[in-house]
Amino acid sequence: MSYPTDLKYTKEHEWIRLEGDTGVVGITDFAQQQLGDVVYVELPDVGATLTAGQVFGTIESVKAVSELFAPVSGEVVEVNTSLKDRPENVNSKPHETWMVKVKLASPGDAGALMDAAGYEALLAK
Amino acid sequence: MTDAAPAPLKQTPLHAAHVALGARMVPFGGWDMPVEYSGITAEHMAVRTAAGLFDVSHMGEVEIAGQGALEAVQHITSNDASKLQVGQIQYSALTTPDGTFVDDLLVYRFGPSHYLLVINAGTIDKDVDWITARAKEAVPDVAVVNSSDRYALIAIQGPRAEEILQTLTAIDLPAIKYYWFAHGEVAGVRGTVSRTGYTGEDGFEVMVPAAMATRVWDALLAAGTPLGLIPAGLGARDTLRLEASMRLFGNDMDETSTVLEADLGWIVGWKKDAFLGREVLHGQKAAGVLKTLAGFEMVDRAIARHGHGVFHDGQQVGVVTSGTQTPFLKKAIGMAYVPPTLAAPGTELEIDIRGRRAKAVVVPMPFYKREKKR
Repeated sequence: MSYPTDLKYTKEHEWIRLEGDTGVVGITDFAQQQLGDVVYVELPDVGATLTAGQVFGTIESVKAVSELFAPVSGEVVEVNTSLKDRPENVNSKPHETWMVKVKLASPGDAGALMDAAGYEALLAK
Repeated sequence: MTDAAPAPLKQTPLHAAHVALGARMVPFGGWDMPVEYSGITAEHMAVRTAAGLFDVSHMGEVEIAGQGALEAVQHITSNDASKLQVGQIQYSALTTPDGTFVDDLLVYRFGPSHYLLVINAGTIDKDVDWITARAKEAVPDVAVVNSSDRYALIAIQGPRAEEILQTLTAIDLPAIKYYWFAHGEVAGVRGTVSRTGYTGEDGFEVMVPAAMATRVWDALLAAGTPLGLIPAGLGARDTLRLEASMRLFGNDMDETSTVLEADLGWIVGWKKDAFLGREVLHGQKAAGVLKTLAGFEMVDRAIARHGHGVFHDGQQVGVVTSGTQTPFLKKAIGMAYVPPTLAAPGTELEIDIRGRRAKAVVVPMPFYKREKKR
């Protein structure tokens, strides 16, 4: 799979798509492949404050538990509640299945993240 | 991932076949094993609805033979091996003098004075040393042979397993009862076929010489694919066995838990005169155990995992030994050691899941029981 160029990526395998001063956050195709079948996603409540690089939730596959790391700092303005019933969407459509929307504390933050080419280069290492 | 230089991982005779099938390989008990091919959920469902093919060649085999073989087996295992006829198998425990587990195992009676023990992969060296020393303390001149490298073990499991396997063998499979075996050819390879498994489903385990493993594996895949068989890895093996409430050594019991505490009193030969751990187990049977393995189901949306604390009325009362979200039942289930007073179905428990308390309730085991055809 080639990685969408409208997303920015972290080395912890999250993606973020910027919509004005809001960032839409999910995990990458590589991350979902490593996890295997996702069965549960634990997310923060709307209003929670995220800090870039810090854990903001957990994602569980049948076999393993992983932490979700915030790509940017900011306030959670929306949570994808459909993941409660359809966590497998993370596997089938990783780059369309978002987890939280974050109002960025400093909109410049996302600029430091990798673009698709940079992320593919990281995966190739 | 880790800085320590680990010993090189061992490979089963089917390693190249797994890699060619695109399996995700992981270290398990010192072996490089397939954890999944198409995905744990798909593999789990295939076993419940059609068939799955597992390489379990990492399991160990130890043979005990010669005059006094039965006496030696009786001394080192909890179950009553004198009940076995030639061709029959029993589930048993390799016990310490404290009635706890060195390992759990299957005991095959190959001949009048010839037994084969199938043991866990991660404990082969420990078990072989233990079995050799303890068997010879009962019967000094009994032969104990580690044949782990000689055999490949392939499990075909699921409601269509018999139909698929029957296309490759002249052995009358319907005549093999649960926990019995027969010798014969599979795909032209001489081996042993048993109606056993670790999935809670009907199925067989096929033991063949290591050098012939690929031929048998490929033949089973080719014969089974049109009927819905897919290769299945250790991930599905774990979710399947847990759904069927089958214990996993190292998770659900070990050298700190007795056979009775693991709620496996049915594999204790209570009428046996002597075996390692007999006094402790009889004592526990009379006086009761302090902890027992109980099954639970999550009430809150969360998944309990091995090592999570179990609480009742704010007090920690036990520890989760296995837990997962099961693909077939679509519930988060698990097993935990709790005091016997908290083991009755309906008892409310709380599981500490990374600092958050989630509600669970004790339920009867097994969680899943297949419908019997016959």
